[in-house]
Amino acid sequence: MLKQAADYLTFDLLGLVPGSRGGEALNFFLYDTVKIFFLLTSIIFVVAVIRSSFPPEKTKRMLAHKREYVGNVLAALLGIVTPFCSCSAVPLFIGFVESGVPLGVTFSFLVSSPMVNEVALIMLWGLFGWKIAAIYIGTGLVVAIVAGIIIGKLKMERYVQDYVWQMQVGQADLVIPDFRGKLDYAREYTIGLLKKIWPYVIVGIGLGAFIHGYVPADFLARWAGRDNPFAVPVAVALGVPLYSNAAGVIPIVHALMEKGMAMGTVLAFMMAVTALSLPEAVILSNVLKRPLLATFFGIVAVAITIVGYLFNAIL
Amino acid sequence: MKIEVLGTGCAKCKTLYEHTVTAVANSGKEAEVVKVEDIPSIMKYGVMSTPALVIDGKVAFSGKVASIIEIMALL
Repeated sequence: MLKQAADYLTFDLLGLVPGSRGGEALNFFLYDTVKIFFLLTSIIFVVAVIRSSFPPEKTKRMLAHKREYVGNVLAALLGIVTPFCSCSAVPLFIGFVESGVPLGVTFSFLVSSPMVNEVALIMLWGLFGWKIAAIYIGTGLVVAIVAGIIIGKLKMERYVQDYVWQMQVGQADLVIPDFRGKLDYAREYTIGLLKKIWPYVIVGIGLGAFIHGYVPADFLARWAGRDNPFAVPVAVALGVPLYSNAAGVIPIVHALMEKGMAMGTVLAFMMAVTALSLPEAVILSNVLKRPLLATFFGIVAVAITIVGYLFNAIL
Repeated sequence: MKIEVLGTGCAKCKTLYEHTVTAVANSGKEAEVVKVEDIPSIMKYGVMSTPALVIDGKVAFSGKVASIIEIMALL
């Protein structure tokens, strides 16, 4: 139905010719914008209702003194539903390790929480389809679990800033709102998030539409196709400075895929955008010494690169 | 009454501080509003997601920017 509306507007009302570059670009833009905003509004609201039942204080209690493996799996899963903002990464990290959440388990959470986020999932589902979104969740969780297990095995506790271990952490009361309160929270959360990301979504879809309409097919096949072994690491490196703009990046990447970028490269790029970020590294340097910070970034970057190669080989 | 706005200095924390100051002014109550930005003081309250609001030493909420009306109801 949406498709028909977009067709009617571009080809009948505005009189653009189907198959023409401008017509195709505008049609693509209208259809994608309406679809994505519809998905964003409805799904962010539902996710926010679920999230209001999992404040980080509760997640912390569920993870405290959990053994590795079980703890890592649980932490990665809780990372999906626990609200996370890189600005609270420091109190979150201290709260976790102080209450006895093992270091490796804490990292599984820190990887999964920003990577498997609802905005990225909605954009992937809306533009790439549910299969790719499911692959993204699945591999994202695996990366978070494996990275956390490795960091746990490396016994890097001494590379946590010393003051963290001396910190006195109080016990806040767990406040879980009633259903009415959850809906209020979800409404505010949805409005706040949409206000923040809408310009990126519009610009992203606009650029994607431009690429869709004007860039020749297979334009990227030579550089970003599966035969170029450097495409994946370059994509991962490019993803680091684009943090928090998953909303704007995914529509562009979708258009690039149509022009020949391989699926594994696409996945690796998006994971780098969400999971590896410079501002977050700066914030985390308040609680992590250099070697641990570098190990964390290194392991996640390598894991994402492997994901890229793997899916380029099998998809 | 003493109100503390906990946050490490992000944009959301500043918004919550502004909302709180306005809420106190609107309510006409006597209250001192202070920003708490250092990590040890924030952790003392066991808060893990910022911004958070502490009223007379008790955490009222954490991890959200409450509206002026919501804050007035807590005063």
